[in-house]
Amino acid sequence: MSFLTGLLRPSLPPGEHFGLLAEFTSPAELYHACEGVRDAGYTRWDAHAPFPVHGLERAMGLRASRLPWVSLLLALGGGITGMGLQGWVSTLAYPLVISGKPFFSWPAFVPVTFELAVLGGALGAVFGMFAMNQLPTLHHPLFNSQAFERASDDGFFLSIESWDPQFNPDRTADLLRRLGAKEVELIASAPRQAPALGGATE
Amino acid sequence: MATSKGMNGTHTESTPPAGLRGQTVETSHGLADDPDFLDPVGHRPPLILGAPSFHDVTEAVARPLERPPTRAWWACLLASLALLGLLGVSIGWLFWEGIGVWGLNNPVGWAFDITNFVFWVGIGHAGTLISAILFLFRQKWRTSINRAAEAMTLFAVMCALIFPGIHVGRPWVAYWMFPIPNQMGMWPQFRSPLMWDVFAVSIYGSVSLLFWYVGLVPDLATIRDRSKGLRRMIFGAFALGWRSSMRHWQHYEKAYLILAGLATPLVLSVHSIVSMDFATSQLPGWHTTIFPPYFVAGAIFSGFAMVVTLMVIMRKAFGLEHIITMKHFDYMAKIMLLTGMMVGYAYGLEFFIAWFSGSAYEVFTFKNRAFGPYAWAYWTMVSCNVFLPQLFWFKKVRSSLVWLFILSIFVNVGMWFERFVIIVTSLHRDFLPSSWFYFRPSLFDVTTMIGAFGLFFTMFCLFVRFVPIVAAAEVKSVLPQAAAHPNEAPEIEPALPGRTDLLPGGAR
Repeated sequence: MSFLTGLLRPSLPPGEHFGLLAEFTSPAELYHACEGVRDAGYTRWDAHAPFPVHGLERAMGLRASRLPWVSLLLALGGGITGMGLQGWVSTLAYPLVISGKPFFSWPAFVPVTFELAVLGGALGAVFGMFAMNQLPTLHHPLFNSQAFERASDDGFFLSIESWDPQFNPDRTADLLRRLGAKEVELIASAPRQAPALGGATE
Repeated sequence: MATSKGMNGTHTESTPPAGLRGQTVETSHGLADDPDFLDPVGHRPPLILGAPSFHDVTEAVARPLERPPTRAWWACLLASLALLGLLGVSIGWLFWEGIGVWGLNNPVGWAFDITNFVFWVGIGHAGTLISAILFLFRQKWRTSINRAAEAMTLFAVMCALIFPGIHVGRPWVAYWMFPIPNQMGMWPQFRSPLMWDVFAVSIYGSVSLLFWYVGLVPDLATIRDRSKGLRRMIFGAFALGWRSSMRHWQHYEKAYLILAGLATPLVLSVHSIVSMDFATSQLPGWHTTIFPPYFVAGAIFSGFAMVVTLMVIMRKAFGLEHIITMKHFDYMAKIMLLTGMMVGYAYGLEFFIAWFSGSAYEVFTFKNRAFGPYAWAYWTMVSCNVFLPQLFWFKKVRSSLVWLFILSIFVNVGMWFERFVIIVTSLHRDFLPSSWFYFRPSLFDVTTMIGAFGLFFTMFCLFVRFVPIVAAAEVKSVLPQAAAHPNEAPEIEPALPGRTDLLPGGAR
């Protein structure tokens, strides 16, 4: 499955610079800029907003998440485990005659089967989501940016990574400014180090 | 308010939201005072009052964590801890001395213990209703209260889980309830609803914790980015390095939707299974098919009462009046009115079915319930759950915090009595009059019940101190300026003639 190969792929670009970080003033500006970056043919880039801006995944041209399949798989696994455990216990491991019912009285096993299916689906959704997002990743070059702290508050950002085939520090920065970026910042790869070319450039 | 650095998020002046016809969005602050201002997407009044910027929401949510604790908080915490200590003493004495310290007797083998269990599980259900069912129904007002309601769910399930554990008489073998391989070669009996209960409630607790934590991650990142030093490290670790990435949000939203879709049937199944603890037995008063929906409605009823009780205090204590508005209380009062009438209907129908069944035992049980030795408990229940909530028909009551608070306390009391009535009145008159007995709670019955509130409020005090109490990311997403992008607006017109590129399909 492709999401598994995604987990194995290194997630950070090599080289001195992680990429460019552009700040926009509103969800609408970010939306518009994402359309522009998408149409310019960039592939390794991302948008950052304090809340999921609706429709932005379309503006970015993202494919629908495959997470439901992971969740479904684990839900089925949970359900099969539930029915299997109860069936095995009731027929082989510890058979008990209860009110003259057959040993494999499956209707009585439905509640526990259902609950375990829900548990499997929930674990799949949560840990599948973290896995697909490669979280936890406690260190990331984007955290080098002071401005980026506002991404979880009221800032709207667009980052283009330096290993994108289209990436060129000057031309990409120009594109971002044309798309309405308020500030464009070059982000260093090395942690805990000031950006090599200095912070904000107007 | 508008002193945020750099940008304050309400940059509607640069791009008016599409679909806001004829209205100029020069400053959102001016719009707040205009009673006719409608949300540009839903064409409804805004959910959050005062037209805060995104940064204002962050400030409002982060403030309770960042300021030093108030005296009132210390007072609440110490009082709760005292009650928690009472719970510890009561359970300690129970373990030392045995179940005899409770007032149980021969026909009444379940009383306060299982009453408390069902009461606390029921309290939890409103949190899941708010977080999951209202999410699926796209009820955006839930965003202001879902974090606290989910926390309430978790703490209520913690309280609930105590009681089946301690009521078994020999608590050191409580692990027999779980399918753990053991040297005796012994396994649980999976045809018993009590066994289903073990799975249902523990999985309900686990899924509620997952749901709560997933919702918390973006807000923990918000606190991380505002803080320094040790606090930054702790919140950073729990935020897992969340960087608000849209590629992450995409999976995140899907995960949230799946969790909501799973939690919805889960919460219905949990209280249905709890009700089957009773309904699958052959005891008159318990053996009835109406129990699952009746219990679920009652659970939501009592849970919303607890949410109202807590929110009235919380919004005042932390200055969240603009986020948890009177409209939220109005909605919750209406839900309580509806579910209160549903339980009222169930009370009535139980009598009808008892008569209609033609079973002398059923008829006797219900006559005895309303007019027998426990009539005082029955009529307390009916008054608190059916008669008093009728006051919610009046707008004046729904918009008065005092009334809401008082009525929510009455509903909490009434719903506790509902479980007590169902359990004890059905048990205390056995089939043979020689086995009739009246249950009186002992001192330790009462202290255990009160002590559980100590656990609940201790956890809630710690929650409001150390965790963002409002889902800031979700609240931001229901602000009018968050919808300033094209694809959501129902009727799209270019707000500015030059910006057709903001329409779907524009500039593609």
